Amino acid sequence: MTARIYVSRDATALALGAEPVARAIEREAQRRGLDAIVVRNGSRGMFWLEPLVEIDTPAGRIGYGPIAVADVPALFDAGFERGHVHGLRVGPIEMIPFFEKQERLTFARVGITDPSSVEDYRAHRGFRGLDNALAMSGEDIVKAVTDSGLRGRGGAAFPAGIKWKTVLGTESTQKYIVCNADEGDSGTFSDRMLMEGDPLCLVEGMTIAGLAVGATQGYVYLRSEYPHAHRALDAAIANAYAAGYLGADIRSSGRRFDLEVRLGAGAYICGEETSLLDSLEGKRGQVRFKPPLPAIKGLFGQPTVINNVITLASVPIILDRGAEYYKDYGVGRSRGTLPLQLAGNLKHTGLVEKAFGVTLRELLYDYGGGSYSGRPIRAVQVGGPLGAYLPESQFDTVVDYEAFVAVGAMLGHGGIVAFDDTVDMLEQARYAMEFCSIESCGKCTPCRIGSTRGMEVIDRIRAGIERDTNIVVLKDLFETMRFGSLCAMGGLTPDPVRSALEHFPQDFAVRA
Amino acid sequence: MPARTAHQPKPIAPNLPEATAARVREVIAARRNLPGALLPVLHGIQDALGYVPEDAAPLIAHELNLSRAEVHGVISFYHHFRTHAPGRHVVRLCRAEACQALGARALEAHAKNALGIDFHQTTKDGAITLEAVYCLGNCGCGPSVLVDPDGLHARVTPASFDALVAQLREAAK
Repeated sequence: MTARIYVSRDATALALGAEPVARAIEREAQRRGLDAIVVRNGSRGMFWLEPLVEIDTPAGRIGYGPIAVADVPALFDAGFERGHVHGLRVGPIEMIPFFEKQERLTFARVGITDPSSVEDYRAHRGFRGLDNALAMSGEDIVKAVTDSGLRGRGGAAFPAGIKWKTVLGTESTQKYIVCNADEGDSGTFSDRMLMEGDPLCLVEGMTIAGLAVGATQGYVYLRSEYPHAHRALDAAIANAYAAGYLGADIRSSGRRFDLEVRLGAGAYICGEETSLLDSLEGKRGQVRFKPPLPAIKGLFGQPTVINNVITLASVPIILDRGAEYYKDYGVGRSRGTLPLQLAGNLKHTGLVEKAFGVTLRELLYDYGGGSYSGRPIRAVQVGGPLGAYLPESQFDTVVDYEAFVAVGAMLGHGGIVAFDDTVDMLEQARYAMEFCSIESCGKCTPCRIGSTRGMEVIDRIRAGIERDTNIVVLKDLFETMRFGSLCAMGGLTPDPVRSALEHFPQDFAVRA
Repeated sequence: MPARTAHQPKPIAPNLPEATAARVREVIAARRNLPGALLPVLHGIQDALGYVPEDAAPLIAHELNLSRAEVHGVISFYHHFRTHAPGRHVVRLCRAEACQALGARALEAHAKNALGIDFHQTTKDGAITLEAVYCLGNCGCGPSVLVDPDGLHARVTPASFDALVAQLREAAK
């Protein structure tokens, strides 16, 4: 029997050396005359084990990691292709505590299947949601998404079903499905992992969205910083066309849906949906005034569903297993699961998909294993560069959109960045303003000018120039930016600054 | 009195070398019919030439029926597009928070010092252009560096940065 050996092609795995390991395994297998193929899967999201090498055995997938090229001959000597013992053997992957306690719905196939294979995708419940959707009316598909309680996973957490319903109800000869794959928040990589590890899931989700609202053209707006995801998506889309899951006559249903990847060009603001639409139209990515909503006048002025990658990739399982199945996970108004990303100074970084309701502390210590440096964790930024910094006293906050808002923070896209006690929170606050000044689209003054003034005020505080007065000026600037900005970029940039000032005032004291 | 000659149209991009103009036209021809073609066209030009020459803007504008101001506005809006030829390798250093939590500020200072350049500059030997980037999606294993289109590096230290640069310089010889 042919041994199936898995080595990830995920960008982080590649950055940690997966490519030469995969080639060394192929060479060694050939040299020993072993009947083996190397499958390039997505990552399981346990980065401290990457490059992770997995092997199919009757007892399930057995893992070995992290593997260096030099380890490869010894792996074969130990008989790893039969799951035998070796010093780097981590055992059955799905029994590793970090993995075992997860609830993987959206990421059910990531790390398991060959990302570009339609056959493998189908063998793991792929396209069942689409098959169901093809037999349903648009209204019924929208109702399933609404009933599931799915909210936008990009950060704003707007109910997906309401957007879809608006597009469905707006008459037009041309409608669009746009996937926001401009995952620019630092500390987030779930979109990237999904697109590299199970791109067909996104293809299926977008196709279902097209059927639901009557859109025949989809675009994935992908950030240019993700070359590996670009390749994975292009391959998956080509294979989906070849297998009849995209194109003029999806599965002989007479329904059409075309899909294409478009690249961004390094502008954080294009993650804001209206900037993204302008960018897709070939313009500067400047924020639009709302109304009109994109659902009514979106891309090229037509009704447009615009959702984040994880939102759209959560749709297939809802149409496959039913709205109730998905809704059973979660707490309060946060239904289903959220793929959380453990990043920054943590020992065990990676992807944890859990039902809403897990606490930040569990994520940092039970999953994350504490800091990478071994020093105490001092501050955690959740939700990207516009998210608040949380101190230790807030680590018991539950992962739930409303619970985060209640402590003056934001769950956003689920990125969790830990800092140890060497962090200088005044520097972090200054960086938040600097980032806004670099990435502001420039359309509104509070964001464009406010961010630069913010940097200057923080510089004065650092230099001990009229500290108390400048703290007052800074707080006044928060109000101007929050209430005067056109979008979340200027409006939320004060949050990391305000939380740093509030929870870590000693870092803003006059320095000796 | 000189004889009146037939009207000669003014060249659209007089400062663009003809070979370059031909490649730009080729890229435009392949993409001009895409809805919202300007970004795909600019990506295509930068992929082909390494940058988008300022002198190409009038040609792009003419071919896509846009104003030169519109084309210039788009090129200058996006950090990804550059208007000058880069070095033989482009090294992008992540400056964002997750990498900061693992020492990106110190790495940035080291990189600028070791190369003797600031961001958006090229080393004197023409080997390396240093760029800032805000997140490469490798936030679990920073500090992160991206070399050229897809060479992603994790857990970069000042020492491993120096080794990487030495390797790139060697390869460029």
